[in-house]
Amino acid sequence: MNVHEYQAKNLFKEFQIPVPQGGLAITPREARSIAESMPGPVWVVKAQIHAGGRGKGGGVKVVHSPADVETAAAQILGMTLVTHQTGPQGKLVRKVWIEQGTEVSRELYLAVVLDRGAECLAVMASPDGGMDIEEVAAKTPERIFTTHVVPGQLLWPFQARKLLFGCGLEPKQVLSGAALIQNLVRLAWEKEATLVEINPLALTTDGRLVALDGKINFDESALKRHNDIAALEDPTETDPLERQAVDLGLNYIRLQGNVGTMVNGAGLAMATMDVIKQAGAEPANFLDVGGGASEEMVTKGFEVILSDPQVKAILINIFGGILRCDTLASGVVAAAKKVNLKVPLVVRLEGTNVEDGRRILAESGLNFEVAGSLSEAAAKIAQVTGGAQ
Amino acid sequence: MSILLNKDSRLVIQGMTGKEGLFHAEQMIEYGSQVVAGVTPGKAGQEVLGVPIFNTVAEAVIKTGANVSVIFVPSMMAADAACEAAEAGIKLVVVITEHIPVMDMIRVKPFLTAHKTYLIGPNCPGIISPGQSKAGIMPGYIHQQGTIGVISRSGTLTYEVVDQISKAGMGQSTCIGIGGDPIVGLHFIDLLTFFAEDQDTEAVCLIGEIGGDAEEKAAAYIKESHYPKPVFGFVAGLTAPPGKRMGHAGAIISGSKGRAGDKIAAMEGAGIQVIKTLGEFGRQVTESLKNGAKG
Repeated sequence: MNVHEYQAKNLFKEFQIPVPQGGLAITPREARSIAESMPGPVWVVKAQIHAGGRGKGGGVKVVHSPADVETAAAQILGMTLVTHQTGPQGKLVRKVWIEQGTEVSRELYLAVVLDRGAECLAVMASPDGGMDIEEVAAKTPERIFTTHVVPGQLLWPFQARKLLFGCGLEPKQVLSGAALIQNLVRLAWEKEATLVEINPLALTTDGRLVALDGKINFDESALKRHNDIAALEDPTETDPLERQAVDLGLNYIRLQGNVGTMVNGAGLAMATMDVIKQAGAEPANFLDVGGGASEEMVTKGFEVILSDPQVKAILINIFGGILRCDTLASGVVAAAKKVNLKVPLVVRLEGTNVEDGRRILAESGLNFEVAGSLSEAAAKIAQVTGGAQ
Repeated sequence: MSILLNKDSRLVIQGMTGKEGLFHAEQMIEYGSQVVAGVTPGKAGQEVLGVPIFNTVAEAVIKTGANVSVIFVPSMMAADAACEAAEAGIKLVVVITEHIPVMDMIRVKPFLTAHKTYLIGPNCPGIISPGQSKAGIMPGYIHQQGTIGVISRSGTLTYEVVDQISKAGMGQSTCIGIGGDPIVGLHFIDLLTFFAEDQDTEAVCLIGEIGGDAEEKAAAYIKESHYPKPVFGFVAGLTAPPGKRMGHAGAIISGSKGRAGDKIAAMEGAGIQVIKTLGEFGRQVTESLKNGAKG
């Protein structure tokens, strides 16, 4: 789960990581009064959406008076911000963060990330702050310094010092910076974040280290034991159909094509999307109704798929497994009748009692195409959508 | 005969009195697995499906000689259960539970390594050695005893592949779902090593998906070790968009890492025969083996 910059910065403050003074506004008027409560002479107005690259898209403005803060906020609030991370449709800006300007002498990069290979948290620092870290990693990997957090332990100060000396900081800054890094690791560990990134971490002209931006990704599996973090979720940041699916307990991701898919199990669901594409059609979604797949889940799945106006055909691919195919076929028939299905439907069932299952589908009186194998299912889908084979 | 699990394996089910645990314990018994104990703290003395329930894994091990644990306990308690099994001397722990916090797994792995306990999962279908024993939730009947080893990051996708192999007339020595989470126990490479030494395994299938670099690492290992047996590959998620978590917590393309295309290229570069069309998997593997595919 991602959070907004302002929420990340509030957490930084809680963990004694220095951030500029700031406040959140949802109207230009509020933005102005927040600016008036801070000394200036420079203020920054920042759009709060879950995406990077906000500055390039016009979502960040540096201004020199509270009146200009109000004007900038009026421009940003309500705009649809398009960045390299939002997709072409962009994201509507509903909130702005007003911040005291910082006089920066250098920008660093600092992050705590889950290192899957090392199976622990890693801390990464680079003297090349403000840049896309993937690009730094690709072009100048020697300018990224990394250390690993021993599982169950906090970071030792020497580990943090090594990173900061590597970034070329002065001894005095290294000592205060080491505490900052230790606190960042503590935040990641205690709040169970798989990514906590400060980019840039500014070295101010008066020698302080300050987090100018903040990005945190929390482990969704751990939210049950962190009510404070779970409360930070912004439902407006999720696609409405994806949100509906979450409420129904489904794994759903909306895509650009027109073939709706419903599959049991995430791996098979991904593979089914690939099969559709290989047949010359485009999947409209990823939908995993769970390895067990019940009638109830199939009905819910139909509801979500059919809420997408792009969907022109549906492919159901269920590997019956322990749940019998006859039970499942009855479920598909009941669900199709309930939702008054109007688009062509190709069903591919496999598993226990598959013959009975196919018979139930064939005798349902509904307009199903039943496929005997995956390849056949793909061909049928391409046929009904007019895709090339 | 197989790897990690055989007809002599003695299973303890942690969380056996819960709905999932009970259902699948019954399925395992029906398949022929020796389920010798169940563990649910506070429910010792009961008998479920004719199997005695204990308060602790340690007691279950002493009284029944259990040596494999299958864990169904809820996500927030599952890490604790895995460590309990390791401490009790269980040598293979299979965690079926999904949604275990990743920070828990960070602590579980060194604990199990220190106890020299192998871990399969979490968030996995488990392990089966067809005709001998099943420690997991996969449908037993799709499997046939045979000579192909199967290693996969997914559940139902593995069933699909296994079903195709069986229908094409070949069987499996052992099938393992390693789990769809960012941090899992045994990896592709560990299991490839075991299969290399297993006399009854003739070839290995690696079923991968987007996210992480497990497939790339396995490919590098196969190339460097001059792996002695033919390996077949499949990677799901060619059409998955970056930045989206495709069901499995571990199945996510982050930045430029974890893409299906790169994984397929790495596998092919290591001499792995990658099957691109899922519907063709069973047929292509069996034909290739009949035509004398070599490692």
